[in-house]
Amino acid sequence: MGTKIDHAAAGTANYLDERTSIGGFVKFFARKIFPDHWSFMLGEVALYSFVVLLISGVFLTAYFVPSMTPVTYDGSFASMRGVEMSEAFRSTLQTSFDIPGGLLLRQIHHWAALLFTASILVHMARIFFTGAFRKPREINWLVGFTLMIMSLAAGFTGYSLPDDVLSGNGLRIIDGILKSIPIIGAYISFWLFGGEFPGEILIPRMFTAHILIVPGLILGLIALHLFLVFLHKHTQYPGGGRTHKNVVGLPLFPVYTAKAGGFFFVVFGVIAFMAAFFTINPVWNYGPYDPSPVSAGTQPDWYILFIDGALRLMPGELFGIPSEWFVGGYTISWNLLVPGVIMPALLFGFMALYPWFEAWATGDRGEKHVLDRPRNAPVRTGIGVGVITFYLVMVLESMNDIMAMLFQLSLNDITLSLRVAIFVAPVVAFMVTKRLCLGLQRKDRELVLHGNETGRIVRHENGEYIEVHKPLDEQARWIRVSYDDIAPSVVAPQFNDRGVQRKGHKWDKFKHLLSRFYYEDRVSPVTPAELEDAKHHH
Amino acid sequence: MKKLATKRYHKAAPLMLVLLLLAAITGVAAITTSAPATAATQVTGNDVVEGQKLFAANCATCHGMKAQGQEDIAPSLVGVGAASVDFQVGSGRMPMQMSGTQARAKMPQFAQPQIDLLAAYVASLGAGPMVPTAEQVDGSLGNAANGMELFRTNCAMCHGSVGGGGALTQGKYAPSLGKTTPTHIYEAMLTGPQSMPVFNQDNISSKGKRDIISYLEEQRKPSPGGLKLGAIGPVAEGFWAWVVGIGLIIASTVWVGARSS
Amino acid sequence: MSQSDQRQGKAEPESFEDPGLPYHRPRLADKDPKAAKRAERQVAAMFGISILGTIIALWAYFGLDQSATDTASIMQMNTAIGIGVMLGLFGIGFGAIHWAKTLMRDHDMVEERHELRSSDEARAGAIQNLKDGVEDSGIGATPEGVGRRGLLKGSLITAVLLAPLALLVPQIGNMGGNWDVNALRHTMWKKGTRLARDPEGTLIKASDVTIGSAFHVIPEGLNELEHGKLEEKAKAIVLMVRLDPRDLNLQPGREDWSFDGIIAFSKVCTHVGCPVALYEQQTHHLLCPCHQSTFDVANGAKVIFGPARRPLPQLPIAVDDEGYIIAQSDFDEPVGPSYWDRLKTPGSSPSAEAVGN
Repeated sequence: MGTKIDHAAAGTANYLDERTSIGGFVKFFARKIFPDHWSFMLGEVALYSFVVLLISGVFLTAYFVPSMTPVTYDGSFASMRGVEMSEAFRSTLQTSFDIPGGLLLRQIHHWAALLFTASILVHMARIFFTGAFRKPREINWLVGFTLMIMSLAAGFTGYSLPDDVLSGNGLRIIDGILKSIPIIGAYISFWLFGGEFPGEILIPRMFTAHILIVPGLILGLIALHLFLVFLHKHTQYPGGGRTHKNVVGLPLFPVYTAKAGGFFFVVFGVIAFMAAFFTINPVWNYGPYDPSPVSAGTQPDWYILFIDGALRLMPGELFGIPSEWFVGGYTISWNLLVPGVIMPALLFGFMALYPWFEAWATGDRGEKHVLDRPRNAPVRTGIGVGVITFYLVMVLESMNDIMAMLFQLSLNDITLSLRVAIFVAPVVAFMVTKRLCLGLQRKDRELVLHGNETGRIVRHENGEYIEVHKPLDEQARWIRVSYDDIAPSVVAPQFNDRGVQRKGHKWDKFKHLLSRFYYEDRVSPVTPAELEDAKHHH
Repeated sequence: MKKLATKRYHKAAPLMLVLLLLAAITGVAAITTSAPATAATQVTGNDVVEGQKLFAANCATCHGMKAQGQEDIAPSLVGVGAASVDFQVGSGRMPMQMSGTQARAKMPQFAQPQIDLLAAYVASLGAGPMVPTAEQVDGSLGNAANGMELFRTNCAMCHGSVGGGGALTQGKYAPSLGKTTPTHIYEAMLTGPQSMPVFNQDNISSKGKRDIISYLEEQRKPSPGGLKLGAIGPVAEGFWAWVVGIGLIIASTVWVGARSS
Repeated sequence: MSQSDQRQGKAEPESFEDPGLPYHRPRLADKDPKAAKRAERQVAAMFGISILGTIIALWAYFGLDQSATDTASIMQMNTAIGIGVMLGLFGIGFGAIHWAKTLMRDHDMVEERHELRSSDEARAGAIQNLKDGVEDSGIGATPEGVGRRGLLKGSLITAVLLAPLALLVPQIGNMGGNWDVNALRHTMWKKGTRLARDPEGTLIKASDVTIGSAFHVIPEGLNELEHGKLEEKAKAIVLMVRLDPRDLNLQPGREDWSFDGIIAFSKVCTHVGCPVALYEQQTHHLLCPCHQSTFDVANGAKVIFGPARRPLPQLPIAVDDEGYIIAQSDFDEPVGPSYWDRLKTPGSSPSAEAVGN
């Protein structure tokens, strides 16, 4: 029995190899080493959620009708009988109520979408805070960033497909933002909707974007993303035996085949759990889209909340200065452009280009394959927390009416406080985080120099009481002393020997300022000499 | 003696004692705060007189002895009708805790017979909306589909798509309708209490009001998708996706990455 | 070197040495065959749960009443199949991972990294190949160092850049419908159009509108439109309320646009177009639920809070001889969100009253 399978396997392998050279490929990949840490699995969560989206999405397309043609409902949901609605909405109701397990399928798809976008952000945060975007991975950071943008597009087009009041009002808001773009705004709106809002062609267009264009791009980018991870080999956390020139971990086959493969089922299982027990996007409660009704608590899905919050934060008038200008008879709506176009462009631009900003400050120090502990990069960590705080203030504002209702507050007061917080909170968060990191680094120094307190008190012959400290073992010490101690850059002299200003001096000065911002406040790791000194203090 | 005491003492005893105490207190509270009796009454001339006495003792300080109202404190009640009184006093909004634009529903201070007396008195001051009949508020006679159409155009923007409640400006709010009685729903629409607009019978007909009641009663049934998560929409869904979804997944990644014993 | 080092005459290394891979602690399953057997049974049990889950899902699908469409039955079917799917998946997932953790290899292995930079020979070879290719292409380098056949290169680039336009311009151009952006300036409202209830379409008499009422309004005839119903509705929706006339501050030039405290405004928010529908009867404030723009109905619907900048356009209304409320004309400005040339009427300068700050 065993030899029969062996023969079959050998035969297949031979057949393939003679046609594809797959032998070399298998040799290269089968025992590839990947380091073992839970935080390295976050990207997989995104990948697996996407696979779940693809599987559930394919089945949804078997029932969904992407058409805005009006029909009268006569399905089984009593509260909508006789109501006029689009085919898209009707087919969504049919999937939910007339197909056994159809509602489960819809809920799997939507919960998977929320998890997909959430896991992308968590994964991105891990990459950022551990410095995994440094050389040679800058390009992969851009690929990942683009994937993040694509996930927003996929989600937005997806939840707008059922053509209900909630998502329809979201489309109305997008229409308003598009119209505010100077000169061409109204034309972009007409282009997208095929005429005036809401038009009759938007749902079919979004359907094509949602099931073909966006997933196609995502798949291509995922392939590139994973290819680069394999090419660069995975980064690893600092530890004994781990250097910038090796990878320490476990082999792809069988360990990661089992762990990562099994993890797919775990992620899918969590999504199935949520779909089985928690209602999501109950479009039958919102009703088919009509420009007239609107519901209290009108928010987009969570990953778009920050734009909704920004729109709410922006005042129509600030200290007497209006936020809509009339210049030469033309209207410039800053109250829409700033939160809807300019702020996202700046935020996303900063996020996308961050590896280069940090590289200007650090200079080229070669390939980095060992990760930073966040405390050892205080300014980077502070910037990350600052940006997250900025994002969170906007998310909080987007739910101001829900907070007002649940916590008995005034939504006007919430808005006014957050208008101040959007500027103050990120700066404060940055400062506090940076100081926390420096403090943690100092604590690490203390630990290396003096070890852990054991709680044992010893009395010396001369009457002195001391607490015995247990020195750190080699491994624990190595983690705390092996980080890069980067000092601010030095600027080459302004003038060369002939008294002429060096080309690129201004740029060097700018990079030097940036470098000082990043590295002026730093805590250096303990050296063996300092450790010796510390020992001799007792 | 010591031996006997140790035999009697069971380690679960303190816990059982606490649970028994809690049960006793809860039971006493439940019995002593039972809902007031609701008996339908016919209005007699005597009712108006009795009602006026109740009014003078409990309402006149704000609304004036002749219910004419006081500027900036309380509106005139001439013409507000029995329906307004039945709603405001029956839901506990009146007597108000403190004056202001938002009247919070709280424990009603009067039993239904007393409310009927007050209503009779106020109705006698001037013609106004009447308390609806049982048939007018019977949801089983209404059309939930039409109710939904009316609700989403006229009500959902304040009360939420399924009547879960919503915020207004400056700390005011439109309350959840999940536990409101059909009579109170009808009366609120008819009289337009506090911030709520008036939906007279020419705006939403009596039949339309009943359809809305029918729709709201449908919403009290379980959701086909499972737990409702408060029915407040994508904010709650996103919150749970992060807390439960990402939480469970990160917990499992930590387990996957941890060394086995 | 520190002072103490100099005294001892010993030189400390500048930094600590890498202590190498940590000690590998063997697992129970590595040491004890009984523990290994137990782990194996646990993994098999988890796979067994998965099989059980699949059976549950199939039983629910075939066993429960598929034709029952009341919400309780749908929830039952949903949850039952969902639990089956969940167990089916978790069983495999936890089983495979438990197997990897307890029974598979967990000794660290080391793989060397190679610098990503290609070797110098590879680079030189690449550059040489490209140079050969350029020479073969007929463009080639001249002794002056500049490629010749500039005409070739220039015309190639021009053609390639322009070619997509032949396809893209018509295709992109077709997507905008009739591109009649001016349609945004007009709504269905005309002189004499009667106001109707939204969504039924029944006409409204002035006597229906009592103090404190809020009516959601559409133009008569909207519901009967064969085409473009939602597009017209998206511009034509109106909110009509009645205030005590003493509370109403009529705006200059608009004294006859309302009557007896009955006043009507566009329901399309001037921020980004959501329906402004929350009417607070006592404060006369109109709140938009999307971004909390607040409009003061008693003062010409001007903005008192939030991101909107312009007041809601007002619909001039009157009563006809049968007692029905009618519009006197269309709005005096485009309704809804702003756009670049919103205030520029075609062929003339912007109308002064439409600026409405």
